[in-house]
Amino acid sequence: MVAEFGFGVLVVTFVLSIYGITAGLIGAVKKSAVWVQSARSAMLLTFPLLTLATICLLYLLATGHFEVSFVYGVTNTAMPLYLKLTALWGGQAGSLVFWSWLLAAFASAVTLRKWDRDQEFLPWVIVVSLVTLAFFLGMIVFFENPFTRFWLVRGKEVEAMFQPLGGRLIFPEDGRGLNPLLRHPGMIIHPPMLYLGFVSFTIPFAFAFAALVTGRTDDRWIRVTRRWSLVAWLFLSLGLVLGGRWAYDVLGWGGYWGWDPVEIAAFMPWLTGTAFLHSVMIQEKRGLFKRWNIVLIILTYCLVIFGTFLTRSGVLSSVHAFAQSAIGPLFFAFISLTFVAALALLLHRWNSLRSEGQMHSILSRESLFLFNNLLFMGILAVCFWGVVFPLISELFTGQKVTVGPPFYERATGPLFAGLLFLMGVAPLSAWGASTWKTLGRSIWKPTVVSLSAVAASLAAGITDPFALVGLWLVAFVASVTIYDYGRAVVARHRRTSENLLMSFWRLAERNRRRYGGYIIHLGVVLMALGIIGIEMFQVETQGTIPQGGSLQLKGYTITYNSLAEFDTPDDRNVARAAVSVSRDGKYLGTFYPRRDFYYAQQQPMTIPAVRSTLEDDLYVLLVDWRPISSQGATFKVFVNPLVNWLWIGGFIFILGTMVAAWPDKEPEEERVRVKSTETVRA
Amino acid sequence: MQNVPLQGNQTASMVGAYPIRTNAQSRVKFLVGGLLIVAAIVYLIVANTQNNAQFFLTVSELKSSGAAYSGREIRVSGAVIGDTIQYDSQNLKLKFTVAHMPGDNKEIDRKGGLAAVLKAAVTDPSLPRMTVVYNGVKPDLLRNESQAIMTGKMGEDGIFYASELLLKCPTRYEEALPQQSGN
Repeated sequence: MVAEFGFGVLVVTFVLSIYGITAGLIGAVKKSAVWVQSARSAMLLTFPLLTLATICLLYLLATGHFEVSFVYGVTNTAMPLYLKLTALWGGQAGSLVFWSWLLAAFASAVTLRKWDRDQEFLPWVIVVSLVTLAFFLGMIVFFENPFTRFWLVRGKEVEAMFQPLGGRLIFPEDGRGLNPLLRHPGMIIHPPMLYLGFVSFTIPFAFAFAALVTGRTDDRWIRVTRRWSLVAWLFLSLGLVLGGRWAYDVLGWGGYWGWDPVEIAAFMPWLTGTAFLHSVMIQEKRGLFKRWNIVLIILTYCLVIFGTFLTRSGVLSSVHAFAQSAIGPLFFAFISLTFVAALALLLHRWNSLRSEGQMHSILSRESLFLFNNLLFMGILAVCFWGVVFPLISELFTGQKVTVGPPFYERATGPLFAGLLFLMGVAPLSAWGASTWKTLGRSIWKPTVVSLSAVAASLAAGITDPFALVGLWLVAFVASVTIYDYGRAVVARHRRTSENLLMSFWRLAERNRRRYGGYIIHLGVVLMALGIIGIEMFQVETQGTIPQGGSLQLKGYTITYNSLAEFDTPDDRNVARAAVSVSRDGKYLGTFYPRRDFYYAQQQPMTIPAVRSTLEDDLYVLLVDWRPISSQGATFKVFVNPLVNWLWIGGFIFILGTMVAAWPDKEPEEERVRVKSTETVRA
Repeated sequence: MQNVPLQGNQTASMVGAYPIRTNAQSRVKFLVGGLLIVAAIVYLIVANTQNNAQFFLTVSELKSSGAAYSGREIRVSGAVIGDTIQYDSQNLKLKFTVAHMPGDNKEIDRKGGLAAVLKAAVTDPSLPRMTVVYNGVKPDLLRNESQAIMTGKMGEDGIFYASELLLKCPTRYEEALPQQSGN
């Protein structure tokens, strides 16, 4: 019953969104408030409806209705309740439902805002949101229905939504269970964060589209959606960082990022989104780059859909693409269609999007932002090329070729370095014009500080030129950011009677975007430090050692004490080694690297034991052991210097984004508040 | 932005007041700067594609290519022959032989799926075979009739020295429908 009901709700929502699109279009063309209002109601109704459909699916997941093929595929009775519920996004059909639900939530929230000043945008924002929603719902209803069930028809098993002629339901005793790799706290929050990021980029795109259609091509659409873009970016960044952390904890290869096509698919909209966040500032301040901003948001939206497509279609084989299906061509068609339509509109409005001024000085803030955008696009080009090159090569030469992590690392490395450099210079440059002289005057102090950091690294015995350049950049950006922030704090402190801490806080409060941005930059710098540490200074060793024997690595001694093998209630076999770790003769503790073998999926998982400090991580993997005699075991050991700064930096990064995105008191609200106090007084 | 001094004596209000004029010289500067960055990006992509592209070959393609790929990182896929696996767990040295199998997924599907193709490859002695040496821990999935995807270099001795070893097994997990249990 629940399955039929859930499916019915999905169908109704699909039809409703088609209606909403039609009503919105009629309302926009006829300038009829009644039609627009009707479209708005349709938009608002999609959210409770999809909530209902999602609850149905969650109910089936939680109660173990294994006759539903989706439930069968991603859960089993042994899984705890929270995993059963989060299995919603553990498979393709469920994650599409979840995506749609999020989109309905966000689009409804936008629909509820005050539209007084942007009436003409409203129908178009609704239309774009609903077209996106209808596309996903159509995919669910026609191709990826999470509510289909198993039936027995004349001795054959079939999968269908409704009872086939002469069929009867099959109730499997247990499901296959969620892929063990996905049973990790990071994996539970990583997909929703990524999806939240993906979905919220639909909103700025919808506004840009509305601006193009209505011809209201000033920066209103940017101002309205500034916070949406930041929130989208926040979630996308969080999703990427969590994904990295998950890989580090679970995949057991001592890394956090493998340039897997699916990782790249999530990274590409982040790149264009980051470029967008920077370049909209130039439009707001100087009226430049209007066309470029439209291009960036179109690209971001298309890459978001592309990212969902890559993760969900199984078109590229990777750890993530655990789903194979026929929805690939549809995604491709939808992306092409929206891309072409948006570009055509852009060309139509080309002249009204002319820049209001010109750039004068190559050292001005806007010009440095332009270079920043070029570098982001460069990284995007590298990523895109890496993903499509194998397809192109096979198409034209018949030769199967791939590019691996070294390609991405070497091609993007200098571009990332360039971005770091700009991150150091740009905050000190001025809008409009900067000269070498003015820039030099403010930059020399941080430069000297950063060079002393290089001297310190040299003294510490680091001679790799790439590492030195990287460390210099890190020190440079950090000193510029702190110097510039500090300078402003001191100036404010002198001007007002506040103490320094108060000035620090007030300043950030006064100009959240600027100082939130500074905090983000500091986060990026710390992340860069962690990345330099693990990428350039990671050392590893491996060996088979008897009980009591030990391995040495970088001052660490890892001694193999014992091994225990046991079954757990959730249907896995655990082999857990106890190793004691000491460094330079000092005992640091006992750690337990282990291997879980999931019986149901016949899948082993290697879980590292990590001793984590700010200086480095000792990362121990149990890779093999003699089960019978328990004589020896094989370990792989990594020392990952500075890697914790990657996570700390990620945390600060997110914090900075929150500062920048925190709602300001809008003038409208202030006015309301004044009025209400008056009424109270009266 | 209003209350914060931007840089030195430059304030936000001055930005708006900045005189708009065309400056051919600065245009050239922008063009040169932009082109330099674009050229650098293109160079990075092209050079790194050439240096880091990994050709994906089948055993028979590699065997018939002569020295064309000597000294170059390549990827090869082959079917593992179980009887040939030798593993020295003390020194972590692994040696095994793989038989030729088609590299193209569509071709594999056409020939009845991965399991059938692997079985055929292992049992057909007329197919080209290749010895592989790998230094490292023996992966769990390395067993008879599994597909090995190896990255490494072809030695002059005709042995393939793998630096990376990935394995694929056709598993029960791929079955779409559950085992019958009735109710």
